[in-house]
Amino acid sequence: MLWACLLLPQLALDGVLRHRTDDTPLVLVDGPINARTIVAVNARARAAGLYIGQRLTAAQALLARFDAIPYDADEVERWQQFLAGVAYRYSSQVALLPHAIVLEVSKSQSLFGSWAVMERRLRSDITALGFRHRVTAAPTPHGAYVLAGVSDGQTALSHEGMQRLLDDVPLSKSRLPTQAMDTLPSMGVRRLGQLLRMPRDGLQRRFGVALLQAMDRLMGDAPAGLDLYIPPDGIDWYVELSHEVENIAALVFPLRRMTGDLAAYLSGRDGGVQRFLLRLEHRDRIVTDVPVGMLSPERSADVLFDAARGRLEQVQLPAPVLALRLIAEDLPSFVPAGRDLFDERPANALPFEQLRERLRARLGDSAVHQWGTTIDPRPEHSQHVATEDEGPLEPRPRPTWLLERPIPWRGALHIVSGPERLETGWWDGGDTRRDYYIIETDMGQRAWAFCAPGEQSGWMLHGWFA
Amino acid sequence: MSAVVALSNLLDARQVWRGRAVPIVEGEQPTGWPMLDAALPARGWPEAALTEILMPADGVGELRLVLPTLARLTQGQRPVVLIAPPYLPCAMGWRQQGVNLHRLSIVDAEEKQVLWAAEQCLRSGSCAAVLAWPHQADDRSLRRLQVAADTGRALAFVFRDRKHLTNASPASLRLELTTTPSTAIWVRKCRGGNAPSQAIPFDSVQRLSSLCRIHERKKQSA
Repeated sequence: MLWACLLLPQLALDGVLRHRTDDTPLVLVDGPINARTIVAVNARARAAGLYIGQRLTAAQALLARFDAIPYDADEVERWQQFLAGVAYRYSSQVALLPHAIVLEVSKSQSLFGSWAVMERRLRSDITALGFRHRVTAAPTPHGAYVLAGVSDGQTALSHEGMQRLLDDVPLSKSRLPTQAMDTLPSMGVRRLGQLLRMPRDGLQRRFGVALLQAMDRLMGDAPAGLDLYIPPDGIDWYVELSHEVENIAALVFPLRRMTGDLAAYLSGRDGGVQRFLLRLEHRDRIVTDVPVGMLSPERSADVLFDAARGRLEQVQLPAPVLALRLIAEDLPSFVPAGRDLFDERPANALPFEQLRERLRARLGDSAVHQWGTTIDPRPEHSQHVATEDEGPLEPRPRPTWLLERPIPWRGALHIVSGPERLETGWWDGGDTRRDYYIIETDMGQRAWAFCAPGEQSGWMLHGWFA
Repeated sequence: MSAVVALSNLLDARQVWRGRAVPIVEGEQPTGWPMLDAALPARGWPEAALTEILMPADGVGELRLVLPTLARLTQGQRPVVLIAPPYLPCAMGWRQQGVNLHRLSIVDAEEKQVLWAAEQCLRSGSCAAVLAWPHQADDRSLRRLQVAADTGRALAFVFRDRKHLTNASPASLRLELTTTPSTAIWVRKCRGGNAPSQAIPFDSVQRLSSLCRIHERKKQSA
């Protein structure tokens, strides 16, 4: 077993920062309304002398202008759930710990390569999403969690290695029950290694069974006792904008973030999305819904963003937007399009799916389609909008252009070939009795025309052999 | 002041340089019509460029001219897009000509959007060929298509009425279809070579009648 721990020290702050484009001093505050204290600061605010644990009133005396945003525990949980969904692509065993995500990676190594490769991929994924993080690995989840609390990048591939690394961990960072941690230093026990070598029965007498259980879980002598993360079947993400947005263009940045997140989440789940809903929230609970539908399930960030932006650009905003919501209830499975190894397309080519969605976004949902043949002999019913086309091939020649409805032809003509009698359609009331001829007009056009059986007059033009 | 300057001096001083014709690369896009191929400098459609097809009326063979190419491309699983075709493409008729309908997408666009859609498709680099039927296309918009075709390395075909022949066009190749006295193709402009002075007979009927014959034979044997 090898567990990786992804510690997210600034989850709340990163969650807020990633939806902001401006780099102004910003703090998160928490606590009762008359005694607000700072719980997180961004780089600009820290440079100005603000720090965690400072009273908000003191901070306001130091710095004239900064944004103070209330800390939202639910929001933090949402972000953690989201990142667990991203981590899910690397392992089916993902669990949540406070400010951290642990995942079992030994079984995934055959797919992704050694831990060093996997660590690099995991880090680049999380960095791309804009979250600061520490990654460690150890044979037990709690061991990895403790190591992550000490420093970044520690890796122990064996139990002995983990033991060595844990030996030097100060007790204050051991994440063991606090009651014992307060007392042990005064007894001269300062390192985790010292504690692990102490007689167990004595420890149990003094500190109770909870400490021993926690130590066993840490060392892997007892089951880790984690509830595994199960990805939800639908998503409902909500972003509150930092100011009222009156212009669609200002929604593009948060939209790009959201569709990027959606793509990361979908690849974690190995699924796609075919339709989702963008809900723009205005004052007084008024909402504007922008449904986004695609022809096939997609999960590329660019395709999703393109499709969503195309739809969004056509929306007339009735009022300023306060918040953006992305709802996707149905997440179908996704089959990636096959690509040729010897692809002759230019290197910067857009995937065809993305082009198709771009056209649909501007021209309308039904603007791009493909025709397929049916087995109905009547020309009016001989084709339908379809993606598969498996019918038998008609042996008699058919034109390349079909008129949507036949028109009378009064010009001169001579018959090239024919007739081909169509006498069919009795089963649905659309009874048809026609003689079809290939004719040539005096302009040199070749046409497909019909007349009543055996008459050769009253020509109706039905297609062109263009 | 002597008015006579030796040309070699000028050449050595690099004040004058000799222009050289751009070598024509033989393309890999045969039209499927051997006589037409033989008349074109690239021995086929100009690659990654705009081809303009001018015709006196619909249904004179303008599609048969490009269908062998479309069949070849779609059989090779390369996407082909039709933008705002004037009629419904008859699925069975296209299949009979060998086109793989899986790879044929039809885009319905309003008149104003035709050129936009064509440019998007060409520029994307994901289409092998784009066929468009613009109603109003001026020199500038055609030039945009030509550039887009070059960017996306795609074949662009624009079908227009013969009356536009008198206007200059930035297309790499301009073909005119005539029907009197018989169906023929006139190469009106081709980049990289002189347009042939004679019409190329275009026996477009042959494919059609061969199809008929096969059918007749089947009927007899049945």
